[in-house]
Amino acid sequence: MSTVQRNMSLTGEPPKTINTQQKIASFIGLLGLMVLVLAFFNLNFPNKSLWLTASIIAIGGGTVWFSIAAYANKHEGIKNDGVYFKSLTSKGFWAWILGIFLTLFYVLLYWFPQYLGLAQDGNNSGVVALFDPLSQFLNGGPASQWFLYGTLYTLAILAFGIKFLLKYRHNKYEKLRTYSVMFFQLGFAFLIPELMSRLNSDSFSLPYYDLKNIWPLNYYNFEQYRVDSFISAGDIGLGLLIFGVASIFIITPILTYKYGKRWYCSWVCGCGGLAETAGDPFRHLSDKSQMAWKVERWVIHSVLVFVVLMTTAVVYSYLGDDSSKYWLTKNTFLISVAVFLTLVFAGTWIFKRDELKKDAKLGAIGYFVIIISLIGFHYFSGTKLFLFEAETLRQTYGFLIGAVFSGVIGVGFYPIFGSRVWCRFGCPMAAILGFQQRLFSKFRITTNGGQCISCGNCSTYCEMGIDVRAYAQKGENIVRSSCVGCGICSAVCPRGVLKLENGPLEKRISSNEILLGNDVDLMNYVNK
Amino acid sequence: MEHIVIIGNGIAGITAARHIRKLSDKKITIISAETDHFFSRTALMYVYMGHMRWRDIEPYESWFWKKNRLELINAYVETVDTNNKTLHFKKGGSLTYSKLIIATGSVTNTFGWEGLELNGVQGLISKQDLEKLEKNAPNNNVCPRAVIIGGGLIGVEMAEMLRTRKIEVTMLVREDGFWANVLPKQDAKMISRHIVSHGVDLRHNEELDKIIGDRDGNVKSVITKNGEEIPCSVVGITTGVKPNISFLKNSKIETDRGILVNRKLETNIEDVYAIGDCAQQREPISNRPPIEAVWYTGRMMGEALAQTICGNPFEYKPGNWFNSAKFFDIEYQTYGWVFSAERRKDYEAQFHWKCESDLRCITISYNKDNNEFLGINTFGIRMKQEVFDNWLNEKRSLDYVVKSLKQANFDPEFFKRYEREILKEYLSLTETVT
Ligand SMILES: Cc1cc2nc3c(=O)[nH]c(=O)nc-3n(C[C@H](O)[C@H](O)[C@H](O)COP(=O)(O)OP(=O)(O)OC[C@H]3O[C@@H](n4cnc5c(N)ncnc54)[C@H](O)[C@@H]3O)c2cc1C
Ligand code: SF4
Ligand code: SF4
Repeated sequence: MSTVQRNMSLTGEPPKTINTQQKIASFIGLLGLMVLVLAFFNLNFPNKSLWLTASIIAIGGGTVWFSIAAYANKHEGIKNDGVYFKSLTSKGFWAWILGIFLTLFYVLLYWFPQYLGLAQDGNNSGVVALFDPLSQFLNGGPASQWFLYGTLYTLAILAFGIKFLLKYRHNKYEKLRTYSVMFFQLGFAFLIPELMSRLNSDSFSLPYYDLKNIWPLNYYNFEQYRVDSFISAGDIGLGLLIFGVASIFIITPILTYKYGKRWYCSWVCGCGGLAETAGDPFRHLSDKSQMAWKVERWVIHSVLVFVVLMTTAVVYSYLGDDSSKYWLTKNTFLISVAVFLTLVFAGTWIFKRDELKKDAKLGAIGYFVIIISLIGFHYFSGTKLFLFEAETLRQTYGFLIGAVFSGVIGVGFYPIFGSRVWCRFGCPMAAILGFQQRLFSKFRITTNGGQCISCGNCSTYCEMGIDVRAYAQKGENIVRSSCVGCGICSAVCPRGVLKLENGPLEKRISSNEILLGNDVDLMNYVNK
Repeated sequence: MEHIVIIGNGIAGITAARHIRKLSDKKITIISAETDHFFSRTALMYVYMGHMRWRDIEPYESWFWKKNRLELINAYVETVDTNNKTLHFKKGGSLTYSKLIIATGSVTNTFGWEGLELNGVQGLISKQDLEKLEKNAPNNNVCPRAVIIGGGLIGVEMAEMLRTRKIEVTMLVREDGFWANVLPKQDAKMISRHIVSHGVDLRHNEELDKIIGDRDGNVKSVITKNGEEIPCSVVGITTGVKPNISFLKNSKIETDRGILVNRKLETNIEDVYAIGDCAQQREPISNRPPIEAVWYTGRMMGEALAQTICGNPFEYKPGNWFNSAKFFDIEYQTYGWVFSAERRKDYEAQFHWKCESDLRCITISYNKDNNEFLGINTFGIRMKQEVFDNWLNEKRSLDYVVKSLKQANFDPEFFKRYEREILKEYLSLTETVT
């Protein structure tokens, strides 16, 4: 079967999908990239501000021009022609080249920033130095590899965001949420934290804080150095600390209840933002098999358990037994965590038992592991979790999840595994939001009676690997924890079957095996 | 154990099989000569256009069949011997059944034109047709121009497919608007304009006379009834479909254009049933044609028959008519009956609204004697089937429907809404009347 398939697209030789303007635009974009590469190889540019500006304009402008050339003179509508014929978007040669390039970049970024030109003391060199002027301008200090990364990341979301806007210009939902992620990335993730760090002085210092980054996505938010720094920064710091806690325990549940996890994953989050813009051409590569779904549920919930444990261990380790510095004591903290988790677990068990079914086992195991570990903390008085130091745990998490998973695999492998691998398999924030979305939210995707023709566009273009068709063809609502509400399934559906909606909780999960259009008696009979 | 044998692994056959499996433990065998696994015929176009791979248009993963104990045989059934309840395969071998479900779908309908046998002349129904098209029209070097005969749903899909590979397309349509034997004039005209805007050379009031070949037996050109010769290398025949029943010629199963069935989907022979595109109702059901070659009806017949086979006799009783399609970028949905000029009943009148963009319009049909709402065509605005289903059952008035249209909207969030504009136009029309 697979050989037939291959023949079909290869003998296909579809027309060249790139026109002349697109070629020139790509060339300009690559020139911009070339400046960065040359800087990386230590070519010392004389006027750094000028070259950096030129490079950024060339990359951004090239991308935008490319998109205009690609979409502007076409009809408004779905633009997936030839997706599976192009090497870049069908795991061909160029996909691998791009994947390897991105992966290498992440490896340097996380573990070998010195090769990018980062200097511990003294002046930066290489490509990091190229970003010094911009960094000076924004925050008053020299650039770091993270500043370079943040700038390029923002540039990518903005430039590819414009591409996305052109591509889906007939779809207002897509447009609005793209404006939203572009705004949050530029303002909240990039400018505000840089400007905030300008306020820092010897007597006043706030940690770098991207306000839209919520624990457990920013797993480091409650580490000692940050908490100390918040506390020492007076009211503002305390306010931020409280905001950090409220974000996850109050704001998040309310918004997720009203709108589903999409308010965060497709409208605010930076990881989601990059996936939706730069990652959009790769969304169809996500694995739709049932096997992948099984793996997903195990992996993402393990990460969640891991981050809860890690954070508890870290906080526990620095809370003093006496209440002079932190008003929380070690034991109060442990007990509150245990009580909170028990409440959540018991609540779900009592009210949502029917909806959980199989997942219940998973939840129970996770809960059990955490509680046992909490007891473990207590016994080993907090410096160790069984054999591991809290600090070791933190480092392991930072390395495995924070760097390898979210960066190298999450973004580096866009062209191979699709754009939301991290969001789907790794992100603990997504796990929490998804848990709530599944059980306690007004959000669902409704299906339009019996109109589905099982064509598969929705499943193919679902970046989260949800087999949307499996529900749509049965006339069932789609209520899945992993759905980020990107709305693309609804956009690509040629029969107008799917609609993202917030509605009442009753009948949210419906399952009508006999679809609309058929004999009413028969429907009643079967649904009895 | 009872052995249910199904010929045809399309939506009708597979739906029947799935529901029989749900309701019983019977042995089920599904035979098809086309593919090993069920695929969505409606999605063939997306494979050629590069939106999806073949495996993406298969709704079930390959483990599904084994897990549900659905045995699959890839073979062509040449004869059906109902006396001995035995099927004979073309490749040799046979199979006996306790109950037989025939769900063999459709083949391309042609009108016996000269030149049909030439290379490059093809329909678009089966996987083999798709492979043929891939060979005949891989790009615009091999195939600079194609001519499509007939303007129906498959014709416009074929045009869209070829246009994605920048192949010039000429479409010969007998009526003076696209699909105008089904769509009301204004709807048909709007779609015609949209098709033309996609670079298709759409010829109204034009029919095929014959197809001309070159010395190697390849298509060279077509000649139209008006005498014009159009050079081309592919001729797409999309003048409708007809039941795929030629293999039943020598059987005792009674056929007309399709396999004749009663409301329980039983043929004249005991234990033999027919569903989907290949079945023909002895008595048409209300306004429905006796042969309904659409996806949904195939599915619904499968659902009903599964009950009958599992000892719970059920008639095929479709509810209100509905259908949908997409013409390049314009989505189309229909609920109830909106007839074209040639098929219109004398009690039917229509209200039409069109958006300035020329990309959206609706046509609502009603009974001019009592204002009862009869059906709606909606283009470029998604609407809810459930709502119209209720309105039709409740016999709502035209007035009520136009004023409540908001409830039926199914467009994504934040989309521009047109109900007010529609209502305004409606009121301005009724004011002048009363
Ligand atoms: C390009 C295209 C687009 C369409 N789009 C739409 C749409 O948008 N909406 C809609 O409602 N409908 C659409 N249709 C119509 C819809 O696809 C059909 O109505 C539906 O597929 C019919 O299903 P079926 O199960 O009756 O038969 P089929 O799906 O045709 O299945 C019949 C199977 O039986 C096999 N078979 C036949 N004879 C034998 C034999 N003797 N031995 C072994 N095997 C045999 C055939 O090879 C075939 O695999 C479209 C059709 C086409 C071709
Ligand atoms: S189900 Fe639809 S809205 Fe949800 S993630 Fe998949 S494509 Fe996006
Ligand atoms: S919901 Fe729409 S896109 Fe998905 S399979 Fe059905 S018709 Fe196709």
